[in-house]
Amino acid sequence: MTTATTTTTATDAASGSVLLTLMKLRTFIALFAVIAFFSIFAPNFLSTANLILMSKHVALNAFLAMGMTFVIITGGIDLSVGSIVGLCGMVAGGLILNGIDLQFGYTIYFNVVEVCLITLAVGIVIGAVNGLLITKLNVAPFIATLGTLYVARGFALLSSGGQTFPNLVGKPELSTTGFAFLGSGRLLGLPVSIWILIVVALAAAYLARYTPIGRHIFAVGGNERAARMSGIRVNRVKMFVYMFSGFCAAIVGLVISSELMASHPATGNSFELNAIAAAVLGGTSMSGGRGTIGGTIIGAFVIGILSDGLVMMGISSFWQMVIKGIVIIVAVVVDQAQRRLQQQVTLMQLAKKG
Amino acid sequence: MQARDDDDCILRLEDVTKVYSGIVAVRHADLSLRRGAVNVLVGENGAGKSTLMRIIAGVEKPSLGRILLDGKEVEFHSPADAQRHGIGMVFQELNLFGNLSVAENIFATRELTRGFRGIDHGAQVERATGFLDRLDAGIDAETLVEDLPIGQQQLVEIAKAISLDTRILILDEPTSALSAAEVDVLFKVIRELKAQGVAIVYISHRLEELMRIGDYITVLRDGQITGHAMVKDIDTKWIVRSMIGSDAKDFAKSIAHRLGEEAFRAEDICLPRRTGGLAVDHVSISLRAGEVLGIYGLMGAGRSEFFECVMGQHRHSSGRVFVDGTEVDATDTAGRISAGLALIPEDRQREGLVQALSIASNLTLASLDRFVRFGFHIVGAREQASIEAAIRDLSIKAPNPDFEVTSMSGGNQQKVVIGKALMTKPKVLLMDEPSRGIDVGAKADVFRTMRRLAGEGLAILFSTSDLEEVMALSDRIAVMSNGRLVTVVGRADATEEMIVKASAEGHKTTREHA
Repeated sequence: MTTATTTTTATDAASGSVLLTLMKLRTFIALFAVIAFFSIFAPNFLSTANLILMSKHVALNAFLAMGMTFVIITGGIDLSVGSIVGLCGMVAGGLILNGIDLQFGYTIYFNVVEVCLITLAVGIVIGAVNGLLITKLNVAPFIATLGTLYVARGFALLSSGGQTFPNLVGKPELSTTGFAFLGSGRLLGLPVSIWILIVVALAAAYLARYTPIGRHIFAVGGNERAARMSGIRVNRVKMFVYMFSGFCAAIVGLVISSELMASHPATGNSFELNAIAAAVLGGTSMSGGRGTIGGTIIGAFVIGILSDGLVMMGISSFWQMVIKGIVIIVAVVVDQAQRRLQQQVTLMQLAKKG
Repeated sequence: MQARDDDDCILRLEDVTKVYSGIVAVRHADLSLRRGAVNVLVGENGAGKSTLMRIIAGVEKPSLGRILLDGKEVEFHSPADAQRHGIGMVFQELNLFGNLSVAENIFATRELTRGFRGIDHGAQVERATGFLDRLDAGIDAETLVEDLPIGQQQLVEIAKAISLDTRILILDEPTSALSAAEVDVLFKVIRELKAQGVAIVYISHRLEELMRIGDYITVLRDGQITGHAMVKDIDTKWIVRSMIGSDAKDFAKSIAHRLGEEAFRAEDICLPRRTGGLAVDHVSISLRAGEVLGIYGLMGAGRSEFFECVMGQHRHSSGRVFVDGTEVDATDTAGRISAGLALIPEDRQREGLVQALSIASNLTLASLDRFVRFGFHIVGAREQASIEAAIRDLSIKAPNPDFEVTSMSGGNQQKVVIGKALMTKPKVLLMDEPSRGIDVGAKADVFRTMRRLAGEGLAILFSTSDLEEVMALSDRIAVMSNGRLVTVVGRADATEEMIVKASAEGHKTTREHA
């Protein structure tokens, strides 16, 4: 791919920049490719019902991937999100079903809104623990979040002894009904979870583009030393991204238990890997400093459509794994090629200026 | 032409030129290295000494010109290639594996093996101990390199170079971290090697050392060789003259203005070194508004560390900092910046810029709070206006501020770093080697900016290892050596010789202690 640019004539420079534009749009191209492919080969792929169903699947991964994107842009990684999903689901389910037993004969029940807020808080607190481990105790992000992965999953299993909290309909007299709204409710024809995704995604994209904290996230990942020298409070930025990631995971925990109207402690197992894959597919650089929310969302759609489409075509789940892996590897290879090409093009522009 | 009296010449560079993207590091250099002699190379930072040596050691290839070894033209494709021809180099930055033992480092890539039974650690340690003993190093060959103080690490590097059985040994500032006693041992070893016919290339800033050990001396300035002589025929004055030259660089004339009240005072700044001793040794300095104070010093004199302490980069540093007469309580960098301090770091790439961000984002990175509405929303128009103003004021040649910052030349990148610091509206500007690695035109721009800012009442503290620069730009000149502030003199009273002498002061005292 880079052979086109080894010579320095003007035409090659032009073809180099065309190639560069193509590479920059690769996630879009991949998205159109999978949609085109499955609309031909998978029956009913383009039906409204199927598109909405797929979007609901994609939304779950997209939430996690957005949180993951910020973390990866700062140069970190968050392996604990899958476990946070599981634990938060159990927290929500437990609160609706059993409330909090105060040990002297009283039990506190919260209404559904309070349950949701508490659950979100739990996610944020676990994110804060990650952040503290990484900033204050200098644990490498991979290890710190690997630790919380196990701890959170352990607590999720402990909370019910490994059992499922079933039938989260709630009781009207405790005003714990209505939990199903999150997972299966609709507003203006779209599922509620999609609306939440739109709101959170817009907020995250705004944050990345138009706020100081957003700029700081990129600066910390691009060059931590320079960021510190510029007076950016690096630790606060890192705390924020892990807390945001925990927040996103808590949303997913809520949505999944609401969709199923049950909480299972093993929910969310290995979700973190799908989230990382979506972020990387969307152009987030694992070495930090680069990435966009929009790209990540598209990346999540590519992965989600790929797996749903393959299921609809009746391809074995073993082959699905192989295909998913290849797509991710190709994405990163193209990403690297683009980086190199970009450098060559800028150098060439510099040379032309003299 | 000189072929007859050059019998003892082992390696010749003929008309060698090396160009990096946009910068000519070495131009048309001819250099001969003699067998059994110490060939000394001097020049200011950025004069091209290291580049020349990297060409000989096979790290870089010359853009033009040829290398003759024993009269035959050779081409080195890698350092290993050069090593096969008997060329060894001790780099200024140590190239050791901290996580391996001393013996393993010395024999890295040419491990002593026992066939299929793997590395013969015993033999390696034994032979390594031999080399180390020759240096009187007193280092156990089995300790990990990262556990050694920096001076001993340098000895390990030298032992490694000796172990290569080289015919040409290049030492790039080998004494910068050595104590006086260690320097004496090193010189003894150099004399031994010389007697064996090894050609030594010795690079150093310490003139008295050069006079002690050197046989032939070559002076470089701006990538050109400006002087070549036998050491016994010359004195330090000659060296300084060849180093600086007579043609003045384009320095901005000082604008006459009255100095204001005291704007900055540092009291008793201390920073312990990890390997013992103090990197910054009780430095106190005071600066008035509108004053430009230049700190001269050699590499490792503690100038950067002093600046970092002032900016709150080192948590275990001590001392007090005052801005406009009030003590700065904040200990972190963000607090120091809002107190009115700003630093332009020495290493632009590592500490000054976020390469992944655009020119515009880099400029406003430290001062985003100024463009914010409701506490979180960056007002695009306000930010844009300041960016345009900065680009205009500093004459940054940026065709499009949204391009990545790495798309510009070094000089313009430096201007971006300066712009970023100025956007925080500082009262005191610290500049660590502001002219390092930028071309002549950009240098002139930077100097003009410094003068203008001083005229506007900013207090500027800058460090440099360029004599001419410190003489031309400063209202007062401070000299640091080995972590200590040796002297502060007014420009009128300063002479080049005096400054050079003062910059070696700190090392003399260690000699007395030793």
